[in-house]
Amino acid sequence: MIPLSYYITVSTVMFVIGLVGVLIRKNFLIILFSIELMLNAANINLIAFSRHHGEIDGQVISLFIITIAAAEAAVGLAIIIVLFRKKAVTNVDELNLMKW
Amino acid sequence: MTELLFFLYFAVLTIVSSVLTVGLRSPVYCALALLSTLLHVAGLFVLLHAEFIAALQVIVYAGAVVVLYIFVIMLLDLKTVEKFLHKQVGIAIFFGVVLIFEILIGLFQSPLFSSAPKVIAQTEAPIGNTAEVGIALFTKYLLPFEIVGIILLGAVIGALVLAKKVPAS
Repeated sequence: MIPLSYYITVSTVMFVIGLVGVLIRKNFLIILFSIELMLNAANINLIAFSRHHGEIDGQVISLFIITIAAAEAAVGLAIIIVLFRKKAVTNVDELNLMKW
Repeated sequence: MTELLFFLYFAVLTIVSSVLTVGLRSPVYCALALLSTLLHVAGLFVLLHAEFIAALQVIVYAGAVVVLYIFVIMLLDLKTVEKFLHKQVGIAIFFGVVLIFEILIGLFQSPLFSSAPKVIAQTEAPIGNTAEVGIALFTKYLLPFEIVGIILLGAVIGALVLAKKVPAS
């Protein structure tokens, strides 16, 4: 039986890697990848706690998170395609249309 | 002992491939590293006795979402650029490490970890994990389940409307 704290350590490290990825990368696609990493870290936490407490609720909620991540991927990729068609860049530094 | 060995394998590979996901230069390699991360996270879910979620992770994430990402990367024909990181990379990594320690110290100080785990109820369940998730999904979580369906429909319509070619007028 692996202690709960091991899983929480893994998910914390993974979440922070995703956060740093959002901060340092310029490519729009990699930023979406980093968001997926953070959502997965949340899933690990939910399932580890669901096991710890012997309840099934955490698994059901992580199911919802997977669904939302799929929806987010679809809409994010549609936005990337529209942007690429208009400006032919994926660098987030050059996308400053809504900046004032 | 074997369980711990498998846990260490999956945990180390998860973290290494998530570092590669944000650190590699070419977007295709990043997508493949993300695929590896998701598969190893599915291994962690199996170790936590969440077999249904592990299967779903492989099917939905690794099978559908990452393939969609790779498809878009191929479609866009992205060029690998030299400067792929922002200037503030040093500051971001420093504060990331600080944040890891802050969260972990905060968690391990909490009374959460002194409580003994209650695992007997789940491991001795006569019905399987999938049946258990299904029962919870269709009784206690019926309304959220329906709402998630509507969100997915909205995402499909939104993606279609966004990606539709605007007729030149």
